[in-house]
Amino acid sequence: MGSTKDGATRRDFLYLTAGAMGAVAVGTAAVPLVSSMNPAADTLALSTAEVDLSHIEVGQRVVAVWRGKPIFIDHRSAEEVKEVRAEVDWHTLRDPQSDASRVKEGHDQWLVMIGICTHLGCIPKGSKQGDPRGEFGGWFCPCHGSEYDRSGRIRKGPAPRNLEVPPYKFVSDTLIRIG
Amino acid sequence: MSRPANTQKFDNCLIQWIDERLPIFTMLTKEYGVFPMPKNANYLWSFGGIALTMLIIMIVTGVFLAMNYTPNTALAFDSVQRTMRDVNYGWLLRYVHMNGASFFFIAVYIHIFRGLYYGSYKSPRELLWIVGVVILILMMATAFMGYALPWSQMSGWGATVITSLFSAIPVIGDGLVTWLWGGFSVANPTLNRFFSLHFLLPFVILGVVFIHVWALHVTGSNNPTGVEPKSEKDTLPFHPYFTVKDSYALVTFMTIFLSVVFFAPLALTEPDHFKHFNPMQTPPEIVPEWYFLPFYAILRSFTHDIYIPFTDIIILPAKLQGVMGMFGSLLLLMVLPWLDTSKVKSARYRPVYKWCLLLLLVSLCVLGYVGSQPAGGSLAVVGQVATAYYFLHFIVLVPVLGFVEKTCPVPASISDDPCCKH
Repeated sequence: MGSTKDGATRRDFLYLTAGAMGAVAVGTAAVPLVSSMNPAADTLALSTAEVDLSHIEVGQRVVAVWRGKPIFIDHRSAEEVKEVRAEVDWHTLRDPQSDASRVKEGHDQWLVMIGICTHLGCIPKGSKQGDPRGEFGGWFCPCHGSEYDRSGRIRKGPAPRNLEVPPYKFVSDTLIRIG
Repeated sequence: MSRPANTQKFDNCLIQWIDERLPIFTMLTKEYGVFPMPKNANYLWSFGGIALTMLIIMIVTGVFLAMNYTPNTALAFDSVQRTMRDVNYGWLLRYVHMNGASFFFIAVYIHIFRGLYYGSYKSPRELLWIVGVVILILMMATAFMGYALPWSQMSGWGATVITSLFSAIPVIGDGLVTWLWGGFSVANPTLNRFFSLHFLLPFVILGVVFIHVWALHVTGSNNPTGVEPKSEKDTLPFHPYFTVKDSYALVTFMTIFLSVVFFAPLALTEPDHFKHFNPMQTPPEIVPEWYFLPFYAILRSFTHDIYIPFTDIIILPAKLQGVMGMFGSLLLLMVLPWLDTSKVKSARYRPVYKWCLLLLLVSLCVLGYVGSQPAGGSLAVVGQVATAYYFLHFIVLVPVLGFVEKTCPVPASISDDPCCKH
């Protein structure tokens, strides 16, 4: 056995390299196992949803489904948009965002948001007629009392952020594709 | 091949024949027959065996429940109802399994508190204790996934809230949650993997329990004095002295457990656990099972973001603090053997620590109550005080007391303990 000055032998080297190869093999074998737990192709195939807006009247709120999550769609009137933009200086809000930055330009009356409270994941009320809408006329989360305004921005209660706007685009004036 | 020298002789020739080839009877005699137990071990020492019995009951009832369960979001809820109504004794299997989880946690929580009181986590039992904390964490994961299987409102929303906690982790959080779900919300892939893991993990727990017991049989049991046995006078053979004592404790525990199973099987269950999961509608209040309530209250006690001073830059959002607090409260137990600086093991001889520990128990009960109530309001402050005490106890009081506490005289041996002079 060849041995260097500090006592390391060829055998030590072989142990180390064999061990390292074993670790690489185990790591490689784990890749498909871990990866199999990520969303499968059929789940990913459902990751876009199209919503026809032509049936939604002015003042009506609708809940669509995208990736198993509720999507709040609010068809606001022109005055409502004006009011919500005038009622508060958005720089002073907890999660400062202007109403204009939460809608698509030219489609300012359409508010599209993921209907999941940013606090602990409950679904806020306010989409159905007769639901409590909170002090700011938007949405009200019954779990821990978060109140959102007519732009879906957090105004009161424990939630840290505004209702999230999903990625979407207008395919035509009356059709949106979410995702 | 040579036989191990330390095997013993058995009168029965079949047993002798087997033992010469596989010394299992030698092992059983050594570990459960003549095994020396400190003679002063009280009934609190019975809860390890009780917990193991509960684990076996859970595995047996679980395997039979699985024969009638369908892990599919469209069928799961109905398959559980069918078990309850149509399967012979299905109601019994399910009620034993449901309440068994609660009583498993009762036994384990008493077992842990026994360790805290008598200093069972201290040298030479540190590793034994750490393996025990691993068992606790595995139990929590298993119970959480089991709760999701009936696919009720509480199942689905409990799973949503708890898995969403991981989204608080910076950068990788959202991707991690998608990976846990196998999709973009709690749905069929989630239910399938929860069923698979809920079946697997109890057997993993059984394996870790084996290691736990192995480590116990190396160091031997602690006892109420915290003084290690010095001579044969201090110990008694496990059989028949402690087999009988443990059997009595077990029968008493089972009587209470089965009384709940037969007379109040739904006492510990939320009404929303009997409604089918609706991902579009949240129940008014999401409440975890009672054994998670203190940890849930710790999670909710962190309500203020931490900023870099004089700027708007958040370094630790409240949600992340809550998650760290909740997991930290468990991981803290792992390092407890090194946080405790006292040379005296048993709280019996530690007049100050004894009260601190009682206060810890009170704070855990308070947290349990706060966790069961709607968030916010004045109760939130109560929860924050209790959370503060929990961390203060382990991080400040336990290390400091070892230096400043004036302990009472410790007996020279178990037999010198006045309580043992009969």
